[in-house]
Amino acid sequence: MPDAPEALLAISGLTVAFGGVLALCEADLTVARGSVTAIIGPNGAGKTTLINAITGMVAPSAGKILLNGREITRLPAWKRPRAGVARTFQNLEICSNMTVLENVLTGAHRLIGYSALDSLLRTPRFLRGEAQARSMALGDLAFVGLAEAADLPAGQLPYGSQRLLELARALALKPDLLLLDEPAAGMNIRETRLLGALIRRIRDERGVTVALIEHDMDLVMDLSDQIAVLNFGAVIATGTPSEIQKNPQVVTAYLGE
Amino acid sequence: MRRALPGALSPVLFFAAAMAAPFVLSNQYYVSVMTLCAINALIVLGLNLLLGFAGQISLGHAAFFGIGAYASAILTTTYAWPIWAGMLAGVCLAAAVAWLIGVPALKLHGHYLAMATLGFGVIVQIALNETTWLTGGPSGFVGVPRLTLFGYTFASDRSYYFLCAGTLALAVALSRNLIASRTGRALRAIHTSEGAATAMGVHTSRYKLFVFILSAVYAAVAGVLYAHYLGFVAPASFGFHFSVQLITMVVLGGMASIWGAVAGAAFLTSLPEFLRALENIDILVYGLVLVLCMIYLPGGLAGGAAKLAKILSNRIAGHAGRA
Ligand SMILES: Nc1ncnc2c1ncn2[C@@H]1O[C@H](COP(=O)(O)OP(=O)(O)OP(=O)(O)O)[C@@H](O)[C@H]1O
Ligand SMILES: [Mg+2]
Repeated sequence: MPDAPEALLAISGLTVAFGGVLALCEADLTVARGSVTAIIGPNGAGKTTLINAITGMVAPSAGKILLNGREITRLPAWKRPRAGVARTFQNLEICSNMTVLENVLTGAHRLIGYSALDSLLRTPRFLRGEAQARSMALGDLAFVGLAEAADLPAGQLPYGSQRLLELARALALKPDLLLLDEPAAGMNIRETRLLGALIRRIRDERGVTVALIEHDMDLVMDLSDQIAVLNFGAVIATGTPSEIQKNPQVVTAYLGE
Repeated sequence: MRRALPGALSPVLFFAAAMAAPFVLSNQYYVSVMTLCAINALIVLGLNLLLGFAGQISLGHAAFFGIGAYASAILTTTYAWPIWAGMLAGVCLAAAVAWLIGVPALKLHGHYLAMATLGFGVIVQIALNETTWLTGGPSGFVGVPRLTLFGYTFASDRSYYFLCAGTLALAVALSRNLIASRTGRALRAIHTSEGAATAMGVHTSRYKLFVFILSAVYAAVAGVLYAHYLGFVAPASFGFHFSVQLITMVVLGGMASIWGAVAGAAFLTSLPEFLRALENIDILVYGLVLVLCMIYLPGGLAGGAAKLAKILSNRIAGHAGRA
C-alpha cells in the first residue's frame, strides 16, 4: 500500500452550474490532514455548493475531488460517509421526529452491523449491536456536552444545542473529514467560544480533519490553520490567517466591503 | 425510562386482551366486527410504516389489499390451488407489483409515489371491473373457500378472529422491532430530511422501496385473510374511497404510532357499525366525530391517550406527594 498522501482532500477545477448560474467555477482547494481549514466568502459565493459537491449532493460538470488519494467525484452521495466524509447543514437538518440519542444513532448507521432480519427478530446480534452503538452515541453526545439531553425529543432543544447535536451526529459517522456549514450561526458569543474549543478538540483528540464555512471572523482567525477565500465560485486566495488578512485582493473582495 | 417496562410488555398485553375479547363480547356480530377491525388494522399498520414513519404517501393501498384478496380467491377457487399456495401467491404478487411501481417512483424526490399509486389504484379498479371472465366483474367473485391451514379449517367466526388477531399481534411486534432498529431510524430520518439521511450513509431510495413493499405485503396479507373470511370479494371494497379511508385511519390513530394505527383502524371500522342504530343521521354523526377528533386530537388517538396518561400520572403523583 502506498503512503497516505499528505493532502486529505484535493479538489481541482471543480465547476458546478445551476442552469445559467455558475455556483462554482474551476475551484481548487487542498486540505491537509489533521488541519482546520476555514472557507470564507460573501453570500452566494458558492461555499455551501462546495460542501454539497464534496458530499455528492450536487453533481459537478467538471473537475475532480480526491479524498485520501481516491477519486470520489462521481461516487453516489450515500456512499461518501464510507469514504470518510461527514457534514452538518447551514439550515439545520435535525430529525425532529426522534430523540436526541436516536439522531446520533442515525449517524452511526453505516457502523451498525446487524441485518434487518436481526432487528425484526431481536436476535442477540441486534441487541449487541444496539448496545454498542448506544454507548458510542452517548460518548459523542457527552463530547459535545449534550449527554443530559439524550432522551429529549430533538425538536425541543434550543437552537444552539441543535447545532451541537448535528455535530455529534456527524462525529458518530467516524469521519476522516468533517465539513461544517456555518456551525456558529445563531450562537451567542459564549456558545461560539465553546464551539471553537470543541472544533480544536475534534482535530486534536479525534484526529478528524475539519473544513468549516464561517462568517464569524474572530472564530475563523482564531481557529484556522488555513483559510480559503471563495468569490463568485472561484477560490481567489488561500493561506494562513495572517496572510489572508494582508492579501489586498481579499480585502477588496470581502473583508473591506 | 418510565416507559421501558410497559413498552416491552405491551404487545403481550395486547395479544392477551385481543384473545380474551371474544369471550367477553361473545355475540357473533361483535366477533365479526372485531375480525374486520383486525384485518383493517393490519393494512393501516403497514401504511403507517410508510406514511407515518417514512413520510411517503400512497393513495392506492386499497389496491394492494385487493390484489391479495383477488389473487388468492381466484387461484384457490377457479384454479383449485391449495389455500396456502393461493395466499402466498397473493402476497408475492402484491410485493412484485409494489416493486414495479416503487422502483421508478421512489428514485425521484417529491410526490411521485402519491401520483403513481393514485393511478395504480384506478387501474386495478378498472381491471377488477372489466375482466369479468376472471374476476366476476362488478358483481363480485363468489365461492371463495374458508381458510384451511395444516388440515385445520377456521370454520367458526371465533377461530377466524383468533387467526386475524394473532396475525395482527405478530405484525405489531415485528413493526415495533423494526422501528426501534437501524432501519427504523433510517426511515424516520428520511421523513424529516432526505438530505441528512443521505449524508449519514442511508441509501434513501432503497429504504423507501423497502418500506413501500413491506406496507404492500401487510395490505396483501390482510387481503387474503379478508377473502377467505367473507368468501366473497367485490371491486367496490378496494377502490379509491377505501384508500382514503385507510389514510384517515392512520391520521386519526396517530402518525408514526404503532398503537395509533391499531386504534385508528379499530375505531373507524367499528364506529359505523355502532352508529347504525342512529339510522338516517349516522353519516352526519360519523362526520362530526371525525371533525371533532381532528380538532381536539392533533396527535391522533395515540397522542390523546399519551396526553391523558400524563395528566393522570401527574394527578396521582400529586396526590401521593400530598399524602
Ligand atoms: N440548488 C440550487 N439551484 C439553483 N441555484 C442554486 C442552488 N444552490 C445554490 N444556488 C446558487 O448558487 C450560488 C451559490 O450558492 P451557495 O449556497 O453555494 O452560496 P454560499 O456561499 O453558501 O452563500 P451563503 O453565505 O449565503 O450561504 C448562489 O447564486 C445560489 O443562488
Ligand atoms: Mg451557504
